[in-house]
Amino acid sequence: MRERFGENGLILFLAPLIILFLLFLTIPVASLFLRISPAAFIESLGNPVVLDALLLSLGTATLSTAIVILMGTPLSYLNARTTYPGKEVVDTLTDLPIVMPPAVAGIALLMAFGRRGVIGEYLDMFGLQIAFTTLAVILAQVFVASPFYIRQARASFEAVDRTFEDAARTLGAGRLRVFFRVTVPIAWSGLVSGAILTFARALGEFGATIMFAGNFQGRTQTMPLAIYTTMQGDLNDAISLAIILVIISFGVILLVKYITRRPI
Amino acid sequence: MKRIALSTCILSLVMIAALLFAGCTDSGLVGETPPTTLTVFCAASLTGAFTDIAQAYEDKNPDVNIDLVFDGTQALRTQIEQGASPDIFVSANTKHMDALKAAGFMENQTVFFFLENGMAVIIPAENSAGITRLSDLAKPGVKLVIGTKDVPFGSYTRQVLDKMAADPRYGQEYKDAVMANVISEETAVSSVVPKLMLGEADAAFVYKSDVQPGDRDKVIQIEIPEEYNVVARYPLGILAESDQVGASEEFIGHVTGPEGNAILVKYGFDPIEQTV
Repeated sequence: MRERFGENGLILFLAPLIILFLLFLTIPVASLFLRISPAAFIESLGNPVVLDALLLSLGTATLSTAIVILMGTPLSYLNARTTYPGKEVVDTLTDLPIVMPPAVAGIALLMAFGRRGVIGEYLDMFGLQIAFTTLAVILAQVFVASPFYIRQARASFEAVDRTFEDAARTLGAGRLRVFFRVTVPIAWSGLVSGAILTFARALGEFGATIMFAGNFQGRTQTMPLAIYTTMQGDLNDAISLAIILVIISFGVILLVKYITRRPI
Repeated sequence: MKRIALSTCILSLVMIAALLFAGCTDSGLVGETPPTTLTVFCAASLTGAFTDIAQAYEDKNPDVNIDLVFDGTQALRTQIEQGASPDIFVSANTKHMDALKAAGFMENQTVFFFLENGMAVIIPAENSAGITRLSDLAKPGVKLVIGTKDVPFGSYTRQVLDKMAADPRYGQEYKDAVMANVISEETAVSSVVPKLMLGEADAAFVYKSDVQPGDRDKVIQIEIPEEYNVVARYPLGILAESDQVGASEEFIGHVTGPEGNAILVKYGFDPIEQTV
């Protein structure tokens, strides 16, 4: 009896916390939808600023995610499977963008790839300029979003039971074949969710982009920048863009949850 | 045991309620303690000047704190419309101040123009693009930074270019060529000058006042002749919701007084003579 009451008490105590927290997350998102009429929303969709930003954002975030997967997977696998001197330092380095304020990332990228930057200076001699181009948008996204994939990929590779890999090896499969036919399928859900997190972070990137890539419609003005810019003029456009961004993010995450739930 | 569980949960509910309501009473406590805190929302172009003016005022009046918030005028207007309640609003153009006046956010009779500003073109001191005249801005490959059309300095820039386009000496092609050179449209002047000084941009349209006294050797300023230039008049005023009208008026008096004006002039503004 006492035990029972204690449990009820616990529920009574925790329920408000849970409800309150869910409300706290839901109300601001719902408010976006309540503050604009459907007609005004559709009208905003016709604004070229909105479409340009949407296309640019989807394109750059997809490319950035692909680059992160291509360049981050070998490193994650290496860190999951081997030890070498300085591994902790490498690990810390790849995690660093998570704790760096995006503004710091923006300045750092400018110092490196700007026209007078450490590397940019030499690129400039060949007439190659990165700052204020779409390439700069992608670099900024890769920089700030890569840790999400790399961390997740490393953890997923570590969780793969090595006896499966060893079995495949003894059956005569080459290293690359084992990696793609055994390791990746087992680590699949972790890899996908890491890639999605990176995609979502790249989609939301603002601070580093506005500092390093500037703000130009169709070239560097991604959705977060367009939201910030249109807020100076037409609030309806800003809200519409925000709604689209929320829907995309929600849909992508939900989709991934379904994909990764399927047993492999 | 029963008691403890029950009281714990009542206590936690009370704490949650307290947390919820804490947010609603934040403004009630300010003002009863002697040091007065004035919150001033201020157009980004005034960053240097108002920082100095507020410092000087605080030095003279130790019981007053001036909290300055700098941002693009439009961003500040949106914040006020969405519930921010500063004591004083200093706007970089008439449009946004008028909108706030019309919507009842301002104490309308306190609003007046206190300074003038104009546009200028700035280029980094090393001038790698070789810009010496306004006509050079139309050269292909020049990297130009301006404001978005909705922020005051961006709309003034377009007005200047329109005036030049109307003059056959420059023409519409000039305006088109200049606009084609724009690599970034910024939302506040405060983010333009750093981009220029880093050498990322070759030129920018900014306010005459945007070159801070300390940066005059790093930036070259090209004047825009009066016939093409626009006069930006800055209004300021006290918010309708401010409960510190007296203290606000005293601070505004300081801004428009000889000491404040001297600082404004130092930063490149033209204070408007007040006839009271």
